[in-house]
Amino acid sequence: MPGSVKVVVRPESSASYVRAISKGLGITLKHMLEPNKATQQYPDEKWDLSPRLRGTHRMATHEDGRAKCVGCGLCPTVCPVNCIKLIPAEDENGERYAAVYEIDEFRCIFCGFCQEVCPVEAIHLGAHYENAEYSRERWVYDLERLTELDHPFTALWDPFDPASE
Amino acid sequence: MEPMTGTAFVVATTIKILVFFVLLLVFVALSTYFERKVAGFIQDRSGPNRVGPLGLLQVAADGLKFILKEEVEPGSSNKKFFFLAPVLGLVPATVLFAVLPFASPLPTQWGLMEMIVADVPVGFLYVLAIAGLGVYGIVMAGWASNSKYSFLGGLRGSAQMVSYEVALAMSLVPVLMLVGNVQMPEIVSAQQNFSTGPAEYGLWFFLPLMVTAFVFLVAGLAETGRVPFDMAEAEGELVGGFHTEYSAMKFGMFFLGEYAHLITTGALITVFFLGGWDIPLWQGDNIRVLADGTVIGEPTWWKTVLTFGAFSVKTLALVLFFMWLRWTIPRFRYDQLMDLGWKVLIPMMMVYIMLMGLAMYLLDEAGVPVGWRYSGVLLLINLVLMGALLWGLDRGTIVKGATANTRRRAGGIRGRVTPAAPSEMD
Repeated sequence: MPGSVKVVVRPESSASYVRAISKGLGITLKHMLEPNKATQQYPDEKWDLSPRLRGTHRMATHEDGRAKCVGCGLCPTVCPVNCIKLIPAEDENGERYAAVYEIDEFRCIFCGFCQEVCPVEAIHLGAHYENAEYSRERWVYDLERLTELDHPFTALWDPFDPASE
Repeated sequence: MEPMTGTAFVVATTIKILVFFVLLLVFVALSTYFERKVAGFIQDRSGPNRVGPLGLLQVAADGLKFILKEEVEPGSSNKKFFFLAPVLGLVPATVLFAVLPFASPLPTQWGLMEMIVADVPVGFLYVLAIAGLGVYGIVMAGWASNSKYSFLGGLRGSAQMVSYEVALAMSLVPVLMLVGNVQMPEIVSAQQNFSTGPAEYGLWFFLPLMVTAFVFLVAGLAETGRVPFDMAEAEGELVGGFHTEYSAMKFGMFFLGEYAHLITTGALITVFFLGGWDIPLWQGDNIRVLADGTVIGEPTWWKTVLTFGAFSVKTLALVLFFMWLRWTIPRFRYDQLMDLGWKVLIPMMMVYIMLMGLAMYLLDEAGVPVGWRYSGVLLLINLVLMGALLWGLDRGTIVKGATANTRRRAGGIRGRVTPAAPSEMD
């Protein structure tokens, strides 16, 4: 038998039962009478999201609806988990665009490097987090889907205003 | 108006059985809802509120779930008893209602209908007998499941129920001494304030018999097998105890049985100690059918409704109290539970019964008429005894370290444990 078991012994005079129960009943009654302080009815009431929350990606577009992406290849390069697939192309005017642009949101760690590195402010993270899907394939967001999303862009951290004031 | 006889009596009884069985099940369903609401409120949550208005349809959703789920039956279980156990868990709790008067008599064109399913002359014995049956479901379930956890739960359940059964029965003896009758309607009317007719005490029995009401409350709570007396279930230790192996509607039956037991215990306390269907401070509900068929008071249908309301309110208040208690205090340790039953409640009830007998004898000798003065003296005695009981319980009689007894016997120093010397450690 181990010799170092710590046994806490209360003196019998302080081993209250009736007082302890009454006190406990009082506490629970107090909570019962002012119920429902902590619950947020989540699907009905949403959280106030921070402007800097890094959630689901979103592609910025020109006024005519084209994606701003110029296919420079910086975001797949900087992406630490390799979740961006980009195949650039060139149109008849010599302008570069992304022929294929896919982000695997499963693989993404939402570090935000792609947004920081983008020279034309095309790819952004956004304040959005409800991405439940019925299949894994749906988690790979293609260019069309990324441009269609409309949640707010994530605000980048400003070193001259570190507390975002 | 004459009490019902013949065919009218048979038909009325059948209707009463059907109506009140359905009512009981509705109350059971509602109390599962209330339990979850109370639990939620106490824990700063909101409880079920997604299904239907205020979450009231949650009960129906749960019922549907129980019926639709797959029933798993362990291959090594005893099929017959495994099937029988949930039935035995539910039935005693429901049939106990047969002898409880729940409202004043209802006048109909066929005669006066007593609002009690079966006014048996041995109502009190019936209550004790059926309450004792409640444990069979648990023991049978624990045994038939052929699983160690269920088995332990069944063992614990049977030991606990047997212990508290004694205290439960003894706590009813003082009530019988006061009433001098074992018929339930008599027990109710003895607590009312009749101006004519046989003996009455003018006070609900929880006042002149406060100690016994307290013991009945504790023992009744132990009979329902709920926290703090849920040793048979003990989900933290025995993963559900006797119903570990049960699923779907078989588990649902145990679940319903637990709440039916809860309501039945509340109703029993109401009848024995809270004046049954008596409405306080109102003489209009003093209605009573004597054994020879004469009726005291004026029964009307609205009085029946009102008194049924009073009965329901008292019962539900007690049920809510039990729930409040459940979500406040933790489970007893097993030896503490046994200590409370055998070393506190039973000896105390023995002394108490003798004391009350002595007090009643002295009161009778002193020529005090049965009435409020009589019960007032008993109330004073009980206040003193209750104070002594609570003071005693508060002095660590039950809650003390498990090792306290052994150490005292070995002559060790109280409050300090000397570690064993290294040579003794193997």
